[in-house]
Amino acid sequence: MAHLEITQLTKRYGAFVALERIELAVERGEFLVLLGPSGCGKTTLLRAIAGLERQDEGRIVHAGRDISQLSPALRDYGIVFQSYALFPNLSVADNVAYGLNSRRADRRLVRKRVEEMLELVGLPGSQPKFPAQLSGGQQQRVALARALATSPDLLLLDEPLSALDAIERVRLRSEIRSLQNRLGVTTIMVTHDQEEALAMADRIVVMRGGRIQQIGGPQEIYRAPGNDFVADFIGRGNLLDATGAGPQHVRVGDLLLRCAGPTSEGHRQRFYVRPEDIRLHGTLDQGENSFYAHVLKCEFLGAYSLVTLQAPTGDGRPLVAQFSSNYLCGREIHPGATLRVGIPAEHLRPLPEAA
Amino acid sequence: MKVAGLSTLPPGRRATVSERLGGPLLLLAAVALAIFLLLPLGALLLGAVRDDAGAFSLARFAEFAATPGMATAVWNTLWVAVVVTAITVPLAFVYAYAIERACLPLRGLWRIVGLSALLGPSLVGAIAFIQWFGTQGVLKAWLGETSVYGPVGIVMATVYASFPHALMILVVALATADGRLYEAADALSASRWRKFVTVTLPGARYGLISAALVVFAYSVSEFGIPKVIGGNFPVLAVEIYVQVVGQHNFGRGAVVALLLLLPVLLAFAIDWWVQRRQQAGLSARAVPYRPRPDWRRDLPLLFYCLLLAMAMLGILGMAAYTSLVRFWPYNLELSLDHYIYGLAEAGVLDAWLNSLRIAGLTALFGTPFVFFTAWLLEKGQGGPTGLRPLVRALAALPMGVPGLVLGIGYILFFNAPDNPLNGLYQTLAIMVIANIVHYYTACHLTALTALKGIDREFEAVSASLKVSPFVTLWRVTLPVCLPAVLEIARYLFINAMTTVSALVFLYSPTTLPASVAILNLDEAGELGPAAAMATLIVLTSTAISLLYSFVTHLLFRRHQAWRQGQR
Ligand SMILES: Nc1ncnc2c1ncn2[C@@H]1O[C@H](COP(=O)(O)OP(=O)(O)OP(=O)(O)O)[C@@H](O)[C@H]1O
Ligand SMILES: [Mg+2]
Repeated sequence: MAHLEITQLTKRYGAFVALERIELAVERGEFLVLLGPSGCGKTTLLRAIAGLERQDEGRIVHAGRDISQLSPALRDYGIVFQSYALFPNLSVADNVAYGLNSRRADRRLVRKRVEEMLELVGLPGSQPKFPAQLSGGQQQRVALARALATSPDLLLLDEPLSALDAIERVRLRSEIRSLQNRLGVTTIMVTHDQEEALAMADRIVVMRGGRIQQIGGPQEIYRAPGNDFVADFIGRGNLLDATGAGPQHVRVGDLLLRCAGPTSEGHRQRFYVRPEDIRLHGTLDQGENSFYAHVLKCEFLGAYSLVTLQAPTGDGRPLVAQFSSNYLCGREIHPGATLRVGIPAEHLRPLPEAA
Repeated sequence: MKVAGLSTLPPGRRATVSERLGGPLLLLAAVALAIFLLLPLGALLLGAVRDDAGAFSLARFAEFAATPGMATAVWNTLWVAVVVTAITVPLAFVYAYAIERACLPLRGLWRIVGLSALLGPSLVGAIAFIQWFGTQGVLKAWLGETSVYGPVGIVMATVYASFPHALMILVVALATADGRLYEAADALSASRWRKFVTVTLPGARYGLISAALVVFAYSVSEFGIPKVIGGNFPVLAVEIYVQVVGQHNFGRGAVVALLLLLPVLLAFAIDWWVQRRQQAGLSARAVPYRPRPDWRRDLPLLFYCLLLAMAMLGILGMAAYTSLVRFWPYNLELSLDHYIYGLAEAGVLDAWLNSLRIAGLTALFGTPFVFFTAWLLEKGQGGPTGLRPLVRALAALPMGVPGLVLGIGYILFFNAPDNPLNGLYQTLAIMVIANIVHYYTACHLTALTALKGIDREFEAVSASLKVSPFVTLWRVTLPVCLPAVLEIARYLFINAMTTVSALVFLYSPTTLPASVAILNLDEAGELGPAAAMATLIVLTSTAISLLYSFVTHLLFRRHQAWRQGQR
């Protein structure tokens, strides 16, 4: 049995279904990320796990104990909110020790634990400060230290990085991840930032409209999205409508492409191509699955360029390709130019029928 | 879906003790509010629709309608309230505009003087106007042939007494202007008048409506002023007093009280509805408006403030002066005779001590009750469904119940021989309770605003850390909300010190409060001692206000490290 197991969890607000029959199993020590657009129910799910929101149906079993009906205080978790919810009138030390005092632990032990926790989050010596005297990132670390000080069995993070600026966010996300690795605490984090999810998660749960769309590792979610929504939500992508043309080939508009998977004559199928999987060929190169395309637009974004192409793929939808700068070696691409590009067969990924 | 395995868990283990306490405690608060607010009002209603034998009948209403002069009293009450509103609101609006939207020197001073009428009972104005314009008045000639005893005096004294209430609302309404709108108007090079009409007035319209309704309700329910300066001019509030205290006709009093309750309740219901609509219109991105000096606007406004401030100080000063001269207007020699006489013989000292006791106890018990109930309501969980909306409604109701009406309800309810709480009648306790209930709404709103201003997740965090919500209330919420708590205490103290209306029916000879004593002294023709008593109350309120300012100042200094940007 998994460490945290959620079965058939449903939560309604009046007639609105915020969570619909959620099934989720989290392994011990895992870093799980709940990802989805705004309003999809990520926070609701996290708060249900915390007991802050009571589900209408379903059960939650944590470490073999059914906690479905327990109040928050009887569950075993630490939580960090988007607002951090640090106590403004207490010093950093008192904030971190907040959960320790109530257990009437020895003063010296408490002080030692606080020191240890602040060291852990990279803020040694900031005990006497007040939250208002810290930067956003530092406040976040204190909130983390406070949540971890009682050694909870489960760590819940609700968009912990969203209030920080871009640079601090990137720095803190790797810190949180390595901290979690060291402590081995089972962690569930909510975010709507896909890059953050891909960078941090062991597994990602993609949600939409109160339902789970797909669960899988970052690679899997990215490489093999389970449906249109996931494909569209995670990274950029091109959708191709194809008809089977032999056991290994499909027809996409005017193009005949070889694909990796088996197909059959006349079988309608949809494929999915990541922009960075599109190859740039020499103009006269006649490689497999290559074709001519017109450049409609080219955006230079530093490490890579995003090129919008018009290709004979049938439906008139432009094809988006991404070429990394070192791959282009300084070669410039201008609108109006004609390029020879190719889609390697292994990157032509079949997409399940729309649900 | 049935959850398996839970049956083995005793139901008591699903929440900690302190988590399960929230619901019952809130229920307790609701019961207390129901007993001391709803039931007395219910008793009032019953008293009005029952005949002497206790059977249901509308005879009292018929009897009331047939009484000569009653229709006049209703009409008088209404038109006086309309006139007072029409004078007070524009006066206060310009004053508030000068404070908030012009660059005047000594802004704080104008504000304090503008609010100074709150420091004393409403009777202060009435006494002062008698001294200024009465039969022996210095400025009697200003009124020509008209006597100040009657509608003229009532209107003047009520305008003075209700001015600060309107001012407070309008200052807030004008302080929260969106500077971007003015920048836009400037960019379009709109004229000063156009800016005022298209930006300022619409921006303050909810404040104006609110101020008008509050002043109207104040005037309708004000009792002390017409009693002192009204002469033979009949108004409803005095009629209640005459029926209940003069003729011991509680049933008739209940009917008149209901009649008084109606327009006031209506005014506050409209206000509540208007304020709710306003909240949707507030934008979080508003930029505060900063006025730039401009003498063509500032100079007239400064002159205006000076004039009004002088008038208000003249009123307050006249009351103090009256208390110090030997015999107005024949012997103007200054002396403490009225104080000495008052303290020694007219029971002024006892009454003042009673008032101190009542006000102190009101603040002492009212503040924690209000704050704790607001906390349970806002941050707590549990309790039967419908409890929270009920408590919200109970907390909002007192605003719409005039003190006189509450007072009559208390008599009818607690004086009933079969009421187990009958023992409370004519004690200090019931006066304290009446004060807390009477001023509940404003205190509740202050507490609620403070609680809404702090992070929503404190309780969730402490639950995850296995800390009781009560510990978090004590260690975090209360310290963070301390300024609001002090503000509530100050508000309760000063109002309990100055109120007349609710207490006039509830006191006993041993618990006579100072503000009511003024009324009695005035009735006995002892204007000097009455003024002495009023001055004593003003001084007490001033001292408490100064103490409050000092303590909050100290608090912000001590908590500077973490209260940054909270002020
Ligand atoms: N107390 C409530 N009453 C009614 N509806 C609610 C309540 N709380 C949440 N919802 C609705 O439930 C849905 C899910 O809300 P939730 O807060 O879980 O979204 P989220 O995925 O965390 O979004 P975000 O990324 O914006 O934080 C939303 O559509 C929201 O409007
Ligand atoms: Mg959320």
